[in-house]
This record gives sequence, structure tokens and C-alpha cells, in this order.
Amino acid sequence: MGGLETVGFIILTTLALASAVVVVFHRSPVISALALAFNLVSIAGFYLLLNAQFLALLQVIVYAGAIMVLILFVIMLLSIANEPGLHRSGFLQTILAPLIALGCAVAMGLAVYRGADGPAYVVSSTDFGTVRDVGTELFSTFFYAFEAISLLLVVAMVGAVLLAKRRL
Amino acid sequence: MDIQPLVISLAKIIIISQVLMGGVAFMTWVERRVSAIIQFRLGPNRVGPFGLFQPIADGIKFLMKDETLPAGSHRPLFLLAPVIAFVTALCAFAVVPFGPIVELFGYTVNLVILDLDGGMLFALAATSLGVYGIVCAGWASRSKYALMGGLRSSAQMVSYELALGLAAVSVFLVNGTLRPTEIVAAQAGWFWNWNVFAGFQLLGFLLFMIAGYAETNRLPFDLPEAESELVAGYHTEYSSMKFSMFFMAEYIAMMTMSALAVTLYLGGFHPGFPTGDLAGWPLWGLQIAAFTGKVGFFMFLFVWVRWTLPRFRYDQLMDLGWKRLFPLALANLAMTALLVAFDVIKG
Repeated sequence: MGGLETVGFIILTTLALASAVVVVFHRSPVISALALAFNLVSIAGFYLLLNAQFLALLQVIVYAGAIMVLILFVIMLLSIANEPGLHRSGFLQTILAPLIALGCAVAMGLAVYRGADGPAYVVSSTDFGTVRDVGTELFSTFFYAFEAISLLLVVAMVGAVLLAKRRL
Repeated sequence: MDIQPLVISLAKIIIISQVLMGGVAFMTWVERRVSAIIQFRLGPNRVGPFGLFQPIADGIKFLMKDETLPAGSHRPLFLLAPVIAFVTALCAFAVVPFGPIVELFGYTVNLVILDLDGGMLFALAATSLGVYGIVCAGWASRSKYALMGGLRSSAQMVSYELALGLAAVSVFLVNGTLRPTEIVAAQAGWFWNWNVFAGFQLLGFLLFMIAGYAETNRLPFDLPEAESELVAGYHTEYSSMKFSMFFMAEYIAMMTMSALAVTLYLGGFHPGFPTGDLAGWPLWGLQIAAFTGKVGFFMFLFVWVRWTLPRFRYDQLMDLGWKRLFPLALANLAMTALLVAFDVIKG
């Protein structure tokens, strides 16, 4: 990493961590959602630092630009801020949720720690991360996984429609 | 570290943003004059020749107006919202090539601010973030009209982004690239080389324009600010320069959308006929003029449509987006993919 990249990394890390803390601790769901959107954009910044510009742009378009907007839409429509009992802290919130979060953090940390020793994934060229290279990889090396995921998405979509239609 | 590329980039950014702001000022005048002509009025014609200095008077007025901050509003977000809207609108223009690579004062300058491999995706990403300005404004104002406007815009922009993106994807298939400079380069020469003709993208072009009108919240899709229902929608509570920033953001978004349509479908800065042995500044002067002319036509179209068509109802808007435009865009994409696969269009 060059000097400029290190500076960028430090700024992005600060922004990502700060917005993540806001997501968890802010009392207003709308602010939490906005902070999450900001967090997703700063994660896209990390992808850019890693030369994965296609992934970074998709992260912004799909997660920040579409999914978070829909989540905001629902929060604002229901105006959850006025719901009583939202901030009630029961067993689930105070004991189970932190435990699950800790478990996830440990699992991911272990994965990263072990992966550091193992063989790294060899990228095909220096400009890996461009649209063409990612597409080629998806439709050659990861063809079956890619198709399986698209099938999974279709199933999820059909399921969602079915669930919604039953109540209409 | 070589400082020269940095200086050139900075110069391009400053010049382009200033030109865009000038364009906004001019467009406010055009909007008022054209609407007046359409409605058999005169419009602003007192300040300067043909009322051309009216935007300056408007600008001064906006600066002098009282700034209001509604009681109960969320102050940081209320102040941030116009900035988000404005900045995201400006950002998207960065990837639009407005001219060729030129020699200027001994330097080689590529007349695009950001020549990115996934450039078109960058433009889509920036426009998709623009919705946050409107949503934040709607929520932070603590006003029911503003909130309704914010809600409507979030649903509307997410719905029409799909059709917009899918229409653009067909062009990526035709040209085999997402880099705007390469998309433009593939459309050089006679105008029948433009993607709208050579790439069989007439349907895609229409879909892109319709979705573009919805993305920029212009009539007939200006539901987020529908004045007969929501006073002024998401910017009801805004006054003074903060209101003006929303206003400017809308016009810049219109210019970006026009420029993207020109880049994707209508040959970008290529004038539509072979330029023969023109070279040097007459060539790129002609090309920049061609680009400006095409974008200008679409800006006029935006105004023309606004003062001609009535507003959609909200359910009609969703119907059109999801049940008409989206399937059509998918069909267009499948058709284009087949044409490219069977070499009817050479990618």
C-alpha cells in the first residue's frame, strides 16, 4: 500500500466504524438506516482501494441505492419512532443478540485468520475487478455456484410473492 | 509525484461544474419563457435583453430571503439534504465524455473528468444515491407533505431505476463495454452508426428517456413535489438558498440524464456525419458544439413535456413502471442479447 492508500484506508475505516456504531446505538430508526446506507458506501470505498471497482459500484447501486431506500421507505411509512415498546430490552435484545453478534465476529475473525495462512486466490490479471474480468470468472470458474444462487433468488422471489398474495 | 494530471483534473472539474451552473441559470430562464409561450403569456422579459438576466435577479433574491428552520425538524439532516441532492447530481456528470482527447497548451487533455472502466455504472450509482437528498429532506422537515413527497420519491426512484438500468444494459451489450468513451467511439461517423439505429435501440432509448423523466422527478412524473396535492412535496419547508439548491440539483440531474442519453444512444459528441480531414480545434470545437446541441435539445424536450402533459396518478405511475416499462426493458434486453449472439449487431 502506498502512502495515499494508507490515508484513504484510515479515513474509510473511521467512517465505516463510526457509522456502524451509529447504526447500532442511535434511537431513531431512520437515522440508523441512513447510517447503514453511509456504512455501505464506505465499504464500497474499501472495494475501490482493493481495485475491485465493479464490486464497489454494484455495492452502491444495489445496497445503498435500492435496498436501503426500500428499508427507509418501510420505516418512514410505519413511522416506527412512535411505536411503544420498540426500545423495550428483553432477554432477546440484551443477552441473545450480543452473543450472536460476538459469535459471528469470532467466526469471521477465525476465517480471516486461517485464510491468511492458506493459498490465496490467484487473480487472473492486474486489472481484475473490471466488469469483463469479474463476468468471465463468474461464468467460468464459478458457473455452477452462480447459477445456483440465481435459482435461489428466483425461489425467494416466488416465495415472497406467495406470502404477500395470501394475505391480500 | 507528478502534479500535472491533478491540476488538469481540477481544472476540468471546476470548469464543468461552472458550466453546469451556468446551464442551470439559463435553463430557469428557458423554462419560464417556454412555459409562457406555451401558455400564451410573455414570461420574464424585463431584466436585460429578452429577460436574459432574470436568473441573476432570481439568484440574488434567493440569497436575500429569510432562512427558515421548521420547529421539530431534524436540524443536521435538514441542512444536509440539499447538499446530498446537489452533490450526487453533479457527480454523475463526471463520467460523461463531452469531447475527444485534445491538445491544449501543449498538454494532452481527455475531455471527460473520470474515464472509468465501469463509467456508466458510476453514473447510475450517483443518480441512485440522489434519492437520499429527497428522502432526508422529506423526513427531516417533520411535515406531512414533505414526508409524503419523500416516501413517494423513494418508491418511484427505486422502481424506475430498474427500467433505466436495464435499458442501459442493452447498450453495454451492443458496444461490449461500459466505458463511456468507448461507447461514444463506437458511434463515430454517419448518424446511422448511433446506437439508437445501428444497435436497434429505439425501444431502449424511449424506455431510457421515460425512466429518466421519472428519475429526475420531472412532469409527468413529479409526484414527489406534486403541488396540487402536496403543496411542494419534499421541499415544502425549504426556503432561500436551500430551496434553490434542490432546484439546481433538479436541473443538473436533467442535464446529466440528457447527456447520458446522448452518450448512450445518440453518438455522444460525434456530430453524425464524417468530419473528413478536419483536425485540431475546428474538429473538437465542432464536436463540443454537437454535444451541447444534442443535450440542449433534450433539455428543451424536458421543458416542452413538462408544460404539455398532465401528471400521472400515483397508482398509474407504479403500474407504468413495474408492469409496462420493466417487462419492456427486459424484452429489449433479451432481444438485444439474441441479436448480438447471432451477429446481427456487431458488438
